[in-house]
Amino acid sequence: MSTPEITSLACPLPLPVKSHVVMGHGSGGKLSAELMRDIFLPAFGNPVLNELNDQASFTLAAGRVAFSTDSYVVKPLFFPGGGIGELAVYGTVNDLAVGGAEPQYLSAAFILEEGLPLETLRKVVEQMAAAARHAGVSIVTGDTKVVEKGSGDQLFITTAGIGVIPEGVNLGPMNVRAGDRILLSGPIGEHGVTILAQREGLQVGGDLKSDTAPLTELCRAVRKAAPGLRTMRDLTRGGLSSALNEIAASARVGMAVEERSIPVAEAVRGVCELFGLDPMYVANEGKMIAIVAPEDAEAALNAMRSVEAGAQSQAIGTVTATRPGRVVMRTSFGTDRIVEMLSGDQLPRIC
Amino acid sequence: MCLSIPGKLIEKSEADGILLGKVQFGGIVKGVCMDLLPEANVGEYVLVHVGYAITQIDAAEARQNYEYMEMAGMLEGELAGFPDDARPPKIDSEKIPHSGEAMPRDGESS
Amino acid sequence: MKYLDEYRDERLFRTQLARLQQIAKHPWVLMEVCGGQTHTLVRYGIDELLPAGMEMVHGPGCPVCVTPVEIIDKAIALAERPETILVSYGDMMRVPGSKTDLLHVKALGGDVRMVYSPMDSIKIARENPTREVVFFGVGFETTAPANAMVAWQAKRLGLKNLSLLSSHVLVPPAVEMLLSSPSNRVQGLIAPGHVCAIMGTSEYEYLVNKYKVPIVIGGFEPVDLMEAIVMLAAQLEEGRAELENQYSRSVREDGNKKAQELIAEVFEVCDRKWRGLGEAPKSGMRLSEAYREFDAEIRFNLTDIKVDEPKECISALILQGLAKPKQCSAFGTRCTPESPLGAPMVSNEGACAAYYLYRRHSGEADEEAVSSGEGA
Repeated sequence: MSTPEITSLACPLPLPVKSHVVMGHGSGGKLSAELMRDIFLPAFGNPVLNELNDQASFTLAAGRVAFSTDSYVVKPLFFPGGGIGELAVYGTVNDLAVGGAEPQYLSAAFILEEGLPLETLRKVVEQMAAAARHAGVSIVTGDTKVVEKGSGDQLFITTAGIGVIPEGVNLGPMNVRAGDRILLSGPIGEHGVTILAQREGLQVGGDLKSDTAPLTELCRAVRKAAPGLRTMRDLTRGGLSSALNEIAASARVGMAVEERSIPVAEAVRGVCELFGLDPMYVANEGKMIAIVAPEDAEAALNAMRSVEAGAQSQAIGTVTATRPGRVVMRTSFGTDRIVEMLSGDQLPRIC
Repeated sequence: MCLSIPGKLIEKSEADGILLGKVQFGGIVKGVCMDLLPEANVGEYVLVHVGYAITQIDAAEARQNYEYMEMAGMLEGELAGFPDDARPPKIDSEKIPHSGEAMPRDGESS
Repeated sequence: MKYLDEYRDERLFRTQLARLQQIAKHPWVLMEVCGGQTHTLVRYGIDELLPAGMEMVHGPGCPVCVTPVEIIDKAIALAERPETILVSYGDMMRVPGSKTDLLHVKALGGDVRMVYSPMDSIKIARENPTREVVFFGVGFETTAPANAMVAWQAKRLGLKNLSLLSSHVLVPPAVEMLLSSPSNRVQGLIAPGHVCAIMGTSEYEYLVNKYKVPIVIGGFEPVDLMEAIVMLAAQLEEGRAELENQYSRSVREDGNKKAQELIAEVFEVCDRKWRGLGEAPKSGMRLSEAYREFDAEIRFNLTDIKVDEPKECISALILQGLAKPKQCSAFGTRCTPESPLGAPMVSNEGACAAYYLYRRHSGEADEEAVSSGEGA
């Protein structure tokens, strides 16, 4: 019998985990602090966050406050034109901006799946930080939880945001009147089609990428140029169809839109034709519609086009008094068809 | 039934005993299986259904048919005039192509 | 996009419509067989532009719509088994079986994978050698060769864990059933262009000769359909009954020989139940003797599953062109795309869904809303 080596009897020290998320990263202990120190603070750091309190405290300008929250899940995490990080910032920023607010502060809560490479997390966080700078907002508070492998899909983010609504601004569907014009900020369907193309392994030319972008400047431009601005809405899941239908339903008005005035990029059309999808229902992440009084329509459209995010803006239709709650599209053949809200997800079809 | 979309075959290859092709649809390129249409040549347009090329598009037939429709339409228009209810809401006369340009050109085909 | 945009051109469409208005003097009743054609007609409102009295009846050519509840239930039974991965086209995910649909089975933990191409099922089978992979292959003749390829490749590659739940239907027997029915109203048919691209034109020649009804093989875009309607009207007005090919850019007389050979090797003709129409002799296909080992119904012993169709659903009448969706008492109320009673409300191509999506305003008092709004 050989003598056991002394070293093999020593109690092994836990290895420092540097490469992947482990349950301890959500424990509130040392690993959580490391995550904060190594990943979140270097990216998001700002005077409010740097205090590292349980809450962010700050002073807002006087006036009405807009407050919104949204959760972000997307597969793949990164795609041409952006990633979940941009979506998580711009999505909430845009919800505030279309309400007429100037977005200011965000919170960010992460649910991480055990085993997620820390490099992936770092990349997402850096995307968020760049997006926040671009949109002129600060991420001032947050949280991280870790779930067991298999209980999540890599990474989920929830952000909430606060913005201040300037005095005199009071937007909403209740302002919408028959005769108002409907303006769209650019070609539709780019985000949803980009994601689908990634999942289906399509080779996509350089011109197809997610449209994820902040709408703050665009919204501000319309607001300032058009005193008769009634309401704005960003187009996200459910596409242009959902945005139009939601306004039509809450304002109890009809909407008449012209099919030929709605821009759709060639690559988006290609994917939609191939999979039997209708771009009206495909998701966007950097487009909005504005409804304005007819006398302000031209000024509003010019203002939208003067901003990069709205360079391809179009007037697409008119609010009607008839058929409240319905969106009717005049097809390129001069016939009319109803544009319904989608009942579920749009599924690729073969027939 | 049978959603099938025309695209341009831009590449052919073989892997694992399966004939493959790359087909361009508007701004995108999709890998398809060419096993049902091995005779198609690069540069031809094919109809793709559920990831399989199923038939070639006959460019000469398409042109002939298109020109026939154009001509029949013109004759009809000249002889009888446009019936009012067939008139489109807005006719942009500048958009009507010259007779020698019957087939709109494909932007990506060069 | 080339070969699409030209055939959606409004000006060319209008010239065909003007031709039709010159030619058509009688209230002809025409049927477009294929659901894709129905979709185009309704989406663009083409049927509403036809000369007064002319009518388009929507045919049975939507494989999703005619797949019997029974097969859906078999797919669901397979998806619920822990050892199987059910691979399906997106179209079938929301089609209701007798109790649930595949999306719900997936939500409850069933491994259901939605794919665009049957080729993906081969990949999935290779990646999951310890699981049973079943490809849910439905379709008409257009899709049959691609689906057949799954069994053919499985055999060639020796993939023991891949099988096919197949529900294939054939267009000509269904058309013949409609034409021979005493209640038939259809005077001219637009035959499905993509089916003919595979099968060729001879089967339709036979129908023309036997039933003395004009048939035009048609494409799927608005200009294609309008031209096919013009060709049918011309035949009817002149008292002709011939087979003509409007979709000549894609359809050859012989069809696709290679695809036909593959179908003939992998499948054999059998009697088949159609949702809404009932059992029709020699109207479908099943795996042939040489490929029977890849038949999921046999492998998993599913032949006992038998189901009747919901009583209230009048899809039988809809699919035969004897009723329009809006004549159904459940349309838009107890039967909607969110909770469909029958398949024509599920599939994007189904006549009921097409009416629901694009047409629900018809019959409302304010038909002129769009134009009056624009004038404001």
